[in-house]
Amino acid sequence: MKSTLATAAAKGAAIDIVSAIKRYGAFTALDDVSLHIEPGEFMTLLGPSGSGKTTTLNVVAGFTEITSGELTVGGTSMVGVPAHKRNIGVVFQHYALFPHMNVGRNVAYPLTLRGVGRAERERRVARALDMVKMADFAHRYPSELSGGQQQRVALARAIVFDPPILLMDEPLGALDKKLREWLQLEIKRIHRELGTTFVYVTHDQEEALVLSDRIAVFNHGRIEQIGTGRQLYDEPATLFVGKFIGDSTVLRGEARVSGEETAITIAGETVTTRRRIADGARPVMLLRPEKLSLARPGAGAGGRNRLSGEIAEAIYLGSGSKYEVRLRDGSTAIVRSPLEAESFAIGDAVSLCFAERDAKLLADDDQADLILT
Amino acid sequence: MPMQKHTRLILGLVCLLVAVWLVAPTLVVIPMSFNANKSLAFPPVGFSWQWYENFLTNPDWSSSFFNSLKVATLVAVLATVLGTLAAFGLDRMRSATASGILRMLLITPMVVPGVVLAIGIYAVYLDAHLVGTLGGFVLAHTILAIPFVIIAVSANLEVFDKRLETAAASCGAGRLTAFRTVTLPLILPGILSGLLFAFVTSFDEIIVALFISNPYLKTLPVQIFTSITRDADPTVAAVGTVLFLATSLVIAGGLLLGNRRRKS
Repeated sequence: MKSTLATAAAKGAAIDIVSAIKRYGAFTALDDVSLHIEPGEFMTLLGPSGSGKTTTLNVVAGFTEITSGELTVGGTSMVGVPAHKRNIGVVFQHYALFPHMNVGRNVAYPLTLRGVGRAERERRVARALDMVKMADFAHRYPSELSGGQQQRVALARAIVFDPPILLMDEPLGALDKKLREWLQLEIKRIHRELGTTFVYVTHDQEEALVLSDRIAVFNHGRIEQIGTGRQLYDEPATLFVGKFIGDSTVLRGEARVSGEETAITIAGETVTTRRRIADGARPVMLLRPEKLSLARPGAGAGGRNRLSGEIAEAIYLGSGSKYEVRLRDGSTAIVRSPLEAESFAIGDAVSLCFAERDAKLLADDDQADLILT
Repeated sequence: MPMQKHTRLILGLVCLLVAVWLVAPTLVVIPMSFNANKSLAFPPVGFSWQWYENFLTNPDWSSSFFNSLKVATLVAVLATVLGTLAAFGLDRMRSATASGILRMLLITPMVVPGVVLAIGIYAVYLDAHLVGTLGGFVLAHTILAIPFVIIAVSANLEVFDKRLETAAASCGAGRLTAFRTVTLPLILPGILSGLLFAFVTSFDEIIVALFISNPYLKTLPVQIFTSITRDADPTVAAVGTVLFLATSLVIAGGLLLGNRRRKS
C-alpha cells in the first residue's frame, strides 16, 4: 500500500476544486462543490443522474467551464485552459473511438498530435494495448470489436500519452454485468500499475465500493459526503448517503432525552441510544440489514432494543436469508440473517432486535426520500 | 413469408418495364449518333463516325465543351467549399429556428423557377458587364449548386457523432486539428457527393446559361440547344452518347468504391 502511494505521488497529479458553481440559466448544476483529490488516488464521483457528478468530471476535463470557483491540477489553475491543452486522459461511456481509424491508429492518435516519433510511438502504442490486453487487435477497426473490447481500446488511447490524470465517465455503463465485473478488476489493476490519478463517475454504488480509494457522493449539485467506502457505509453523514450506499432500513420516531440516553419512540415502542439529539426532535434511524436480527416475540436474546413486526417476505439467498419485516407503523425493515440463524415464514410475528451502537441517527431529508423510494 | 413463383415473375416484369421506360429515351440517342445522314431520324440509316469527328474538330463544339468543363470544375470546388462551411455553420447553430430559416434561404435557388432567377441574373450582369464571362458563369452556377452541397453535407453531419470531436479534444487536438483529422474524413462521403452534384448542376445548366451566354463564351448545353434549333445535326446525339458513357462510368466507379469501403 505504501509503495503504491509512493509511486503514485511521483506520477499522478492532485486535483483541487474550490467552491465550484456551474449554472445553466436558472438551473444550478454545481452548487458550491469543493473537492480535493490526492495524487494517484482513485476517486469515484457517485450519485443519481443529474446530481452533478458528470458536470464535475466535464469541468476537470475542460469540456465545461465553471461559472465561478477555482480548479487546479497539480497546483496549476486550469480555469480558461481549453480541453486539448490540459493533457488529461478521458474515457467516455460511449467509447468514442474514431471509426475511420484502426485500433493502432486510434491509440496512436494522441501521440501523433504530440509529435512523438514513429519508433517511440509504436513502442508506446504496443505497451498501452498490452496493458489492456488488446495487443492482437491493432489492425482491427472499432466496428469489428465488441463493446468491452472497444472500451479497452478507448482506455489504451486515454493512457498512451501518460497523462497525470485519467477521467472515466461511466465507462462500463453500456456493458453487461459479467463483463463489467471483470473490467472493474482490470481498471483497478491498471490504476495500481500506472499510479495515475483516476476520477471515475458512476451511479452504481457497488462499482464505487469495488474500485475506489475514496468516494464523493453527489446529490442535487452538491457533495453530501466524501470518504472511503467503509466510512460511507458505517458512518453516513446524511440520510441520502445512508440510503444510496448499501441496503438500509429507515425508521422514523420521536426523541426524548434523559441524562446520557436518548429514548426514541417508534410506533408506540421505545428504543434507546447513547447519541445526543435535541429533545423532541424527529430523527430518522438508519439500520443496516446485517446488523438486524430476528427473534420470536418474548424470546430472551436481543438486548433492550426490540420492535415488533410481522414477516412480509422471506427470500432464501443461498448464503443466508433475507426478510422483509412489516412494522407496526407500516414501515418495512430489511433483515439479512446468516444460514445458521432460525428461519421464519411469511406471516410469523417477530421481534426486530439491534444493538444501540448500530443504529445511526440522522436528520430527516424529505427530498432524499422522494428520489430513492 | 416466401414469395409465390408467379408473384416473383410479375414483380420482375414490372421492374423491367419501369427500367426500360426510364432508360429508353437515353438509349435512343446512341444509335442516332451513328446516323449516316444529316438528320435526327429514328431509326437511323447507315453507319458513320462523322458526328463524333465533327464534335472533336468543330471549334464551336470543342470550345463549348471545354468551357463547360472549366465552369463546372470551378463551380464544383467553390460550391463545395462554401456549401460545406454553410452546412457546418447551420449544424452548429444554437437556435434551431434561426438555423431552419437560414437553411430555407440558402436552399431557395433550388426552389425558385429557373427563368425567374435567370432574368434577375441577366439584368444585374448586363450592368456589371458579366455576360459571356467565365466569372459570370461560375458565380451564377455556384448559386444554383450550393443548395445541393448543403443538403448532401447536412445529411452526413446529422449522423456524425459530435462526441468524437470532444474525444479528439481530450486526446490533445485543437478545434481545427479535430476537424481535419476526425470530422472531415467522416463527412467526406457527403462532401464528395456534394461536389459531384455541384459539378453536374453546372455542367447541365441551360436556362441561366442561355441568358448569360454570348458568341464569345457559351457552354455545351447552350451549343446543343442552338444547334438543334438551327439545324437537325446528329452531332448532338454524338455528344449525348459521350456524356452518357462518361457519367455512367463515373457513377459505376463511385458505387463500386462505396461498396468496397462499406465492406472494409
